[in-house]
Amino acid sequence: MGFEGIGASVRRKEDLRFLSGNGNYTDDINRPGQLYAVMRRSDRPHAKINGIDTAAASKAPGVVAIFTGADMAKDEIGGLPCGWQIHNKDGSPMAEPPHPVLAIGKVRHVGDPVAVVIAETKQQARDAAELIAIDYHDLPSISSTPDAIAAGAPLVHDELGSNICYDWHIGDKAVVDAAFAGAAHVVKLDLVNNRLVPNAMEPRAAIGDYDTSSGDYTLYTTSQNPHVIRLLMGAFVLHIPENKLRVVAPDVGGGFGSKIYHYAEEAIVTWASAKVRRPVKWTADRTESFMSDAHGRDHVSTAEMAVAADGKFLGLRIHTLANMGAYLSTFAPAVPTYLYATLLAGVYTTPVIYCEVKAVFTHTVPVDAYRGAGRPEATFLLERLVDCIAQDTGIDRVELRRKNFIPSNAFPYQTPVALQYDSGDYQTTLKVALANADWDGFEARRAEAKSRGKLRGIGISTYLEACGIAPSAVVGSLGARAGLYEVANIRVHPTGSVTVFTGTHSHGQGHETTLAQLVCDQLGVPLSQVDVVHGDTAKIPFGMGTYGSRSLAVGGSAMVKAMDKIIAKGKKIAAHLMEASVEDIEFANNTFTVAGTDKSKTLTDISLAAYVPHNYPIDEIEPGLDETAFYDPKNFTFPGGCHIAEVEIDPETGVTTVINFTAVDDVGRVVNPMIVEGQIQGGVAQGIGQALLEAAIYDKSGQLLSGSMMDYTMPRADNLPNFNVATENTMCTHNPLGSKGCGEVGAIGSPPAIMNAVIDALKDYGVRHIDMPATGPKLWSIIQAGQTKMAAE
Amino acid sequence: MYDFTYQKPASLADAASILSGDADAKALAGGMTYIPVLKQRLAKPSAIVDLSGLGLSGITVAGGTVTIGAMTTHGTVANSAEVKAAIPALAALAGGIGDEAVRHRGTIGGSLANNDPAACYPSAVLALGATITTNKRAIAADDYFQGMFTTALEEGEIITSVSFPVPERAAYEKFRNPASRYAIVGVFVAKFATGARVAVTGASQSGVFRHAGMEAALSANFSPDATAGVTTEADNMNGDIHASAEYRAHLVGVVTKRAVAKA
Repeated sequence: MGFEGIGASVRRKEDLRFLSGNGNYTDDINRPGQLYAVMRRSDRPHAKINGIDTAAASKAPGVVAIFTGADMAKDEIGGLPCGWQIHNKDGSPMAEPPHPVLAIGKVRHVGDPVAVVIAETKQQARDAAELIAIDYHDLPSISSTPDAIAAGAPLVHDELGSNICYDWHIGDKAVVDAAFAGAAHVVKLDLVNNRLVPNAMEPRAAIGDYDTSSGDYTLYTTSQNPHVIRLLMGAFVLHIPENKLRVVAPDVGGGFGSKIYHYAEEAIVTWASAKVRRPVKWTADRTESFMSDAHGRDHVSTAEMAVAADGKFLGLRIHTLANMGAYLSTFAPAVPTYLYATLLAGVYTTPVIYCEVKAVFTHTVPVDAYRGAGRPEATFLLERLVDCIAQDTGIDRVELRRKNFIPSNAFPYQTPVALQYDSGDYQTTLKVALANADWDGFEARRAEAKSRGKLRGIGISTYLEACGIAPSAVVGSLGARAGLYEVANIRVHPTGSVTVFTGTHSHGQGHETTLAQLVCDQLGVPLSQVDVVHGDTAKIPFGMGTYGSRSLAVGGSAMVKAMDKIIAKGKKIAAHLMEASVEDIEFANNTFTVAGTDKSKTLTDISLAAYVPHNYPIDEIEPGLDETAFYDPKNFTFPGGCHIAEVEIDPETGVTTVINFTAVDDVGRVVNPMIVEGQIQGGVAQGIGQALLEAAIYDKSGQLLSGSMMDYTMPRADNLPNFNVATENTMCTHNPLGSKGCGEVGAIGSPPAIMNAVIDALKDYGVRHIDMPATGPKLWSIIQAGQTKMAAE
Repeated sequence: MYDFTYQKPASLADAASILSGDADAKALAGGMTYIPVLKQRLAKPSAIVDLSGLGLSGITVAGGTVTIGAMTTHGTVANSAEVKAAIPALAALAGGIGDEAVRHRGTIGGSLANNDPAACYPSAVLALGATITTNKRAIAADDYFQGMFTTALEEGEIITSVSFPVPERAAYEKFRNPASRYAIVGVFVAKFATGARVAVTGASQSGVFRHAGMEAALSANFSPDATAGVTTEADNMNGDIHASAEYRAHLVGVVTKRAVAKA
């Protein structure tokens, strides 16, 4: 056994299972007597439901039951709850319209579930679903974000009287306006953050399994946080006490945020399983995923920076319109507010910031957190704006960033938008990234590309994000209806092997390895003797799951605390066995030693004594070596860094190729460098997807045009360059590991680096800004217009 | 998919008779287009007539002609030493269709019978002036393609093989849809002793078409520069979220030039 502790790039324990096709995903699970559910979904964006005729469908072969919203209402099933309440500028709470599990009275987006058919086979359920006759009265709809607040816009929720969910702000507008009044430059930018479809590889699935003898419910589901689902669904929707409801999230094939939320189908199969007294399985097909998984991003913003003559940022003023979709998804209201506006200081000393955000309803799929969640929107806005400032003032874009960085000796640093950064060194990540990308040699590469007829550009983004989510009291004061601590149970078995029960959940991140490495490091147990268990409310204590790059920073810290308890108890047992004072016992490398002697006991000696307590201080301590710790973080963590992209554009087609991508990130303590590199690469791939390829496009009639893989451009291997990934880490100062988190940095830092490179490549064409994605036809049109203009001049 | 009966006839005559006798029966070649259509419940055939038992696979090269059996897969054509030697552009085209799995199942006959306006093969068939042989007759490429998803095939008519005259030079260049990877514009150029033929797929609302302007220019001078002044009208081009009609019209010129450079 080589070194397997913190810092070792050990191979992922879970990969043998995944790569050999032996993963156990929700759809792989089949319960005895299982039935199949198929949703009949709305094919129109906005319509009144005059009637639902299920007579013919009910008689179709194999059909066991058909349920509609009215059936659920009869059982007093609640609507899907929202987990975060935002308050308006005037202090009143946000609009929180009902979100029925199955549509009642109206449908509000294409994909809104109207009825469920439960049958012996999926084929039969699908056949019968087509036989349901729904009498719709079509109503006008809105699919674009700005249209939601236009005068006379059709209303998504009539009772609200408008489409505004909330009108929120942060900062002191008067102070910011004053900063603008005296500024040498005011630089303004209008921009759109494009709407994305998460598209995890594994579609969502759920199995409801009601035990007719015990009255217990089990839900198997594709979730990033099974305890949260148990709480939301049990307490607010189905009214099942938590002791009677088990939620299992087995292997999950990617989430990216889209599997955080409590979805209608989970409640439907759980409830229906008791109605039909048999297990009920539902598995989304890809088309359903497009029209029912929460989408991401979708902001329309205006940003203005007041800038001094020397380039110092004096004040930032932002107005954002954020699309919530047709209903509030679980954490949707938090994304364009506390996960967005609080990040608008970025890595800069901008002294005053004001941001107002109007969240609006539209007849589209609900929008919620997607990898980065609010922080990519803030970073894209800020880093594009900084490049525009450089362009407008003539100050070099790197120099402008350096000039405005928060200095490394200024931590802890209080921003004007609520956050207090604990650590960071932005000059260093910038310096290393410039060197790794050979920034200074770029003009020669541009000239060489030009000789081949290509337009080459280089772009930079110096960014910061807040993750390690989150201090419970802080988020509670901001409207969260949940705590965001994490829990770990460390079970040392009699013979010294260890099982970790964590409240976090791995859906591709490699926690079974990373978290096990913490045990190798702290307890000295070999990796092969450590297993990590997650994703089952019947096995693990109440934990909050995985999102917001929190698993290591928060979940790992809970493990450290639990292992501290193991060591403390072990020392007492060791002191008894070796007839020494507890104060004299030291623990290192899996061994308890009496200080200054050669007397020692291994962890296995101690665990065996703990479970076979023949010679044991039974009056002082309990048998067993099994400890649980809850950890509530003191602050967010603040990873950051510098991303540099180099692109070439083919002027004949407008197509962009990413030639080089350099990332130098500060993610705090790294446990497994290989896994961190993989996480950053994956995040950057998604960032390149957003910048160049992906767009959820609705037409004016409310249909999702990019509703399949034939039209939604997911990034593929040939769209990606070789990545040059490195870290330059400063430690998080407030958690025991020093870790900050790495899951989202790639998706947050990269889109503006790519777009700044694209715009740099087109600098001779009079381009100041381009909205994402920078597709071939979009850039071709810009090049055409630029050529026409140049010819005219 | 909806239920249907599955039939795998052993003779061409049986296959033709099933298809002629049932207007709702559908012939299945590789199924790389039709199986997704079935899975999405966009078609409800009474019967699927699997053509894989008719012995329609194989490649022969003789007398300046490459003949490819209708059920020959793209992978087979792409990897065929004979095709690579005779018409390398055709092997390259086949090797660029879909992905490895699609090329393992998809067939030339299936592609031509379907005549997807964004498919690759129709451009080669039209540019090379190939002959499509069916169980009833031989059809010249110029008569075969009749618009998107429309061909000269009649009820119960089954493609058995396609014969390609060997050109002096040829090349296929494809500008892919970034999502589906089908052709937004695909251009096959071929130079024969009698002149140049240029067929464009992916671009037009009328499906694959011969580009008269390009053919005239390239017949006079088969070089990339010769394409420079030739324009393409945007009027009849497709427009969608991935490419406007104007962009497609522009790309026809770019892609043709690149195809000629490659030939």
